Amino acid sequence: MKLSLGPVLYYWTRETLLDFYAAIAGSGVDIVYLGEVVCSRRHNLRLDDWLGLARDLSASGKEVVLSSQALIESESELKTLRRIADNGEFTVEANDMGAVRLLAGRVPFVAGPHLNIYNGETLAWFAGLGASRFVLPLELSRDILRELQSVRPAGIETEVFAYGRMPLAFSARCFTARHHNLPKDDCQFRCLDDADGLALRTRDKAAFLTLNGTQTQSAQVYDLSDSIGELRGLGVDAVRLSPQSSNMIGIIESFRERCAGRPGASLEGLRVAPPCNGYWYGVPGMEYRTPA
Amino acid sequence: MASTVLSLCNPTNHYLFDRATRIVSIPELVCPAGNLPSLKVAVDNGADWVYMGLKDETNARNFAGLNFDAASASEGLRYAHAAGAKMLLAINTFPQGLAAPRWQRAIDGAADLGIDAVIVADAGLMRYAAERHPQLRLHLSVQASATNYEAINFYHQRFGISRAVLPRVLSLAQVADVVKNTPVPIEVFGFGSLCVMVEGRCALSSYVTGESPNTSGVCSPAKAVRWEKHGDTLDARLNGILIDRFAAGENAGYPTLCKGRFNVDDETYYAIEEPSSLNAMELLPELANIGIAAIKIEGRQRSPAYVAAVTRIWRAAIDAYARNPARFSVHADWANGLARVAEGQQHTLGAYHRKWK
Repeated sequence: MKLSLGPVLYYWTRETLLDFYAAIAGSGVDIVYLGEVVCSRRHNLRLDDWLGLARDLSASGKEVVLSSQALIESESELKTLRRIADNGEFTVEANDMGAVRLLAGRVPFVAGPHLNIYNGETLAWFAGLGASRFVLPLELSRDILRELQSVRPAGIETEVFAYGRMPLAFSARCFTARHHNLPKDDCQFRCLDDADGLALRTRDKAAFLTLNGTQTQSAQVYDLSDSIGELRGLGVDAVRLSPQSSNMIGIIESFRERCAGRPGASLEGLRVAPPCNGYWYGVPGMEYRTPA
Repeated sequence: MASTVLSLCNPTNHYLFDRATRIVSIPELVCPAGNLPSLKVAVDNGADWVYMGLKDETNARNFAGLNFDAASASEGLRYAHAAGAKMLLAINTFPQGLAAPRWQRAIDGAADLGIDAVIVADAGLMRYAAERHPQLRLHLSVQASATNYEAINFYHQRFGISRAVLPRVLSLAQVADVVKNTPVPIEVFGFGSLCVMVEGRCALSSYVTGESPNTSGVCSPAKAVRWEKHGDTLDARLNGILIDRFAAGENAGYPTLCKGRFNVDDETYYAIEEPSSLNAMELLPELANIGIAAIKIEGRQRSPAYVAAVTRIWRAAIDAYARNPARFSVHADWANGLARVAEGQQHTLGAYHRKWK
């Protein structure tokens, strides 16, 4: 089972991003997804910078995939999307049906977690369009995964989001700008202040959600580290770890060990928040069950 | 309906010529029917289309006591057709795993019944409908989350969709850009409850309750709601999560999870969205100018009285616009009538208005 690193979902400084990926180049991940998935206003790395990073990581032996933006609303966003689709060097992860249109039948692509591949018929359709891998939607359970695996066409790999705060929703509205009473068009890039997002708590002070610009994430960290054997048994080809600002190398090493069938280091103390894994068991996503 | 209506190149649009012989497009009115009484009052009050769902998880308003079985769907269709209206069946949730045959039977049933079109979100299901029932008209559901013309044109190219419903995330200028770049007639929401997240890609409800619009056709389901009174305050919880806390005298609205008051950096406010609803009536001339094919009213979960009032008022507004596009303005009694039935305390233009974002 391969280990993949999902795209950085937060807005980090250019220096932080470059340092982060320099460390990733020497880490144990097999696949690295690169690019801005959340907000087209974020610009610390431009597409040419991402492509440069992609070449560096590729030279370090990583399989590199360029991730496209999830919510595409404007012509300028479509222009960027076309450049990504036409890059001619790296596989693209489509996170919107517009991206699928630009890739289908031309080049193999990764069908990302935001494309709503919920059933065998839709999975077969994507395989026919040229998807070489698909990422299971976050809210689907192991039981549904088992069903999908039973009818999965030859030639398409399965990837499962297995670690990180979950991207649960996208909006045209920027909730970080809203928090700072700023219009989205003049947001002053305040999301730079929140390396792991901005905590949203209930009025009785329970951790609930995480605001990340136009994206809303879980407060808790989805963690399937104790279910790696089960994932392997289901024929999953890759597990995705979603980046956080600290301890990422330690988390990768622990997963690497677990993927090799060894007991990896505990993630207690490495996670930015307590774990949840409800979706895996077909119950509310925020819940946590101790794996049998 | 305006007497000068002509049907031109686009069979789903109504057009007329204004005094300067400019072609003006008159949007059709698409109204919700949670049950047969709602369907009838929608038709009686001038809906061009009514949309409904079956009594199961195949549609995105899968609420107890709501929706249609085969007999009531058949009666509804007869009623709509007798009045010259058309009926849409929403089959707009995502079958999971190996469950697609149940959704496919719903498509078959719609074709057998002679439903005018089905509203579909799942690509596999659209493919099934296009291959098995090529005569059945396909509308792309808002749940398909197609927010740009490349996405919409892809569904058109692959499945021949006849209309697409836009998610409530685009500004007016962005809506215009979509219309300009697609052959697919575009439907937009004009009134009703407002999703702040892009439809079809929001898992907040399943995160809290295990059920979401995509998987179960529900958001913040009533069975997960608990009201708790503590002295003067009333807590609204969704599967234990405190969505809002109301002081004595405050209007306690339904705890839709994105519309509660939360705490961010020690500040308590509507961090995601106020409990407001969409009302785009003042944008009717702009929507018509853009070339919008249809305006959709949200609210299959609402009462027949709501459906009757909203349909009547929007029919009056669209007809008034058709009679004299240049002089259209929102009448006070329309605005008051809509305010009386709206959810929440305030109206918004939502994403149509750039500042909302």
